[in-house]
Amino acid sequence: MQEVLTAGLMVGGALFMLVAALGVLRMPDLFLRLSASTKASSFGSGLILLAAAAHFADTGVTSRAVATIVFLLLTTPIAAHMLGRAGYFVGVKLSDRTVIDELAYQYDLRTHRLASRNPATTTVETDSVSPES
Amino acid sequence: MTVTDLALYGVMPILALAMMFAFVRLLRGPSLPDRVVAIDLLTALGIGTIATYAIATEQTALLDVAIVQALVSFLGTVAFAYYIERTV
Repeated sequence: MQEVLTAGLMVGGALFMLVAALGVLRMPDLFLRLSASTKASSFGSGLILLAAAAHFADTGVTSRAVATIVFLLLTTPIAAHMLGRAGYFVGVKLSDRTVIDELAYQYDLRTHRLASRNPATTTVETDSVSPES
Repeated sequence: MTVTDLALYGVMPILALAMMFAFVRLLRGPSLPDRVVAIDLLTALGIGTIATYAIATEQTALLDVAIVQALVSFLGTVAFAYYIERTV
């Protein structure tokens, strides 16, 4: 029973990480790659760590695995958010099939703060360069 | 087939294949944030590989390495993101 649980968790986690890597390889732009990699990879490594906890069935191992999972779940979204934000400021090209970029002209490019302007009434100023350019 | 065999001959090849995919993205880019995403994924795959190897070799001490790997991975990604944002 314990072996079946370990095997299932381990194989499931590995498959999730393979899906994450496939997403990073195949997705068309940075933000889709980030979205594919972040969730699937943290879930996959969490499943493999749970498999280790199930395999050893020991208090020390389980607490270490749970601590690592909690740390991953706390830090991975922060890292992904910072990276996506930085990529947007650098002006990474969006995919050709992007329908709408709701952040366009919303950032003050000098202070890096959100301006919360209404995009319908915003005229393109000379100093607020489009992020795609 | 024991759990050890499954970890060595079933799970490790899948993780190695995933690492190859991430390496392709690391080499192709095209921009610096894309490469940082690939590095972040490689460190997460490293955590999975370390945990799998701990199961395969019955070495519980290897899980400490996974904790440190998670910490260093987060710090590295945040540092890269900060650096990229400061360049504009």
